Amino acid sequence: MQKLTKEDVHPKIVQALLQDTDITVEDALENEMILNMGPQHPATHGVLRLLLRLDGETVIACVPELGYLHRGYEKMAENMTYYEFIPHTDRLDYLAPMANNVAWVLAVEKLAGIEAPPRAQYIRMMITELARIASHLVAIGAFAMDVGALTVFLWTLREREKILDIWDILCGARFTNSYTRIGGVANDAQPEALAKVKWFVDQYLENLDECERLLNTNRIFIERLEGIGVVTAEDAIDLGLTGPSLRGSGVEFDLRRSKPYMFYNEMDFKVITYPEGDSLARYFVRADETRESIKIINQILDKMPAGETLLNQPKKVLPKKTEIYSKMEELIHDFMIVNFGINPPEGEIYSAVENPKGELGFYLVSKGEGRPWKCKIRSPSFVNLQVVPHLVKGHMISDVVAIVGSIDPVMGEADK
Amino acid sequence: MSLSKELIEQKLREKFSGENIVFTEYRDELTISFDKKVVVEVCRFLKDDDELQFKLCEDVTAIDWARRKNRFTVVYHIYSLKNNFRLSLKADVDESDCSIDSVSSIWKTANWEEREAYDMYGIKFNNHPDLRRMYMPEEFEYHPLRKDFPLMGIPGSNPLPKK
Repeated sequence: MQKLTKEDVHPKIVQALLQDTDITVEDALENEMILNMGPQHPATHGVLRLLLRLDGETVIACVPELGYLHRGYEKMAENMTYYEFIPHTDRLDYLAPMANNVAWVLAVEKLAGIEAPPRAQYIRMMITELARIASHLVAIGAFAMDVGALTVFLWTLREREKILDIWDILCGARFTNSYTRIGGVANDAQPEALAKVKWFVDQYLENLDECERLLNTNRIFIERLEGIGVVTAEDAIDLGLTGPSLRGSGVEFDLRRSKPYMFYNEMDFKVITYPEGDSLARYFVRADETRESIKIINQILDKMPAGETLLNQPKKVLPKKTEIYSKMEELIHDFMIVNFGINPPEGEIYSAVENPKGELGFYLVSKGEGRPWKCKIRSPSFVNLQVVPHLVKGHMISDVVAIVGSIDPVMGEADK
Repeated sequence: MSLSKELIEQKLREKFSGENIVFTEYRDELTISFDKKVVVEVCRFLKDDDELQFKLCEDVTAIDWARRKNRFTVVYHIYSLKNNFRLSLKADVDESDCSIDSVSSIWKTANWEEREAYDMYGIKFNNHPDLRRMYMPEEFEYHPLRKDFPLMGIPGSNPLPKK
């Protein structure tokens, strides 16, 4: 390993690292160490780069560097139609692509002033909750692996595999789904898919308990996380944390409850909070949230209405493929939507949903054209990462891994 | 009991009677536009007022209108956990004086959000504690989300790192 010198770090980053200190750069590099963690570090969950100023093994300052996965999705969104952007939302939070698909189409529908039929909404709710379980399973598994409990990772990924199989039946793709459409979903949920969901929820809780027994009775796991990276409720709100990380600090904020979208207001579930605010609490919130998701999915399966899964609104919603081949009107609409877009009325909206990682918001500005004039992605991972420098201060270098794991960032989303 | 739009309007009109504050509503969302000079005072009032308590800053971004007189609009989305109410704030910024006061002293979240807006649109945030680029390398000269920046990029503008 090469020692990092002053020339390797941009002067502005050095300046940020050396804030609140009167020692000079030369001194700092002499007495304290600046350690470069990432972007190719397995515990940073992607390409997150952290520059750490260390005194011995204690972290004095931390400066995260983002942008290694910056693909310019906001710029790309301005240059494509609303339909064309659906596959790109898969690549934001790639651990829960279905939830992103739903978030995007809800935003576009709000902008266009349309609403999908009830059955489509129920299917969307079901896939959002399944995506939440899948994402939390990876979060718990990877988190446990970061602090040294390898077995749990294999067990949680086994469970996630079953959800990917459901995606496979539902839309033909396991990973990058692009299942939703503006005004509905791509195809109705097949009976086999619903049967598989039913089977999954019936056996899931037992398997989760099994995973949890491995962790909750593991003294090393508990002691490495308890009291590590504590963030108070006030600080958490000030720093803009959302999702499980915020609820781990005891703040009862869940957009499914406070600003219900789809049919969440008809669902009976509990918003999980833990008051401690440390890394362990954030893990508990995630594990308990999957239980609530199971509860919601059970209600969805019971209540799911029959009917259409795509809105009949020819100017805004793509017609069915079979009709394009046989009817002239549909062919014209298909041509217009594919080539010129759906032209929502002039206006701007901000639509936010509760994603596994936190609040995923889309801010869309329309000028009445087929393409958005502006699309801002408010990604939870990006905002949540901002808390890392505040949390790691004063902790040991091995705690950095635990803290980043407990925030559960996905860099595809943080870098957009 | 949710917060009424009239109450916000009345409170702001009372507090900033001399200022030109415009209230608009679209698809059930309230937007407040004001001059960029009062952005810090308005934000602090909205956060600290006992009845409003907009404590969560969800998003700070900007819009590039390309041909308008005031080329940029800085947009803030703030949320009141107490009232379950979301509010958009807007302030116009002209290209000739491309700067606005930072609100990162009010909401710490705004720190990174404003850095992103600076990176993407080149809007300077005065009194920002650490105004660096967020995504692009520090040496990069352009601001990619401006409408005059081509989609394919500018060849040679982002050189490979030296060996």
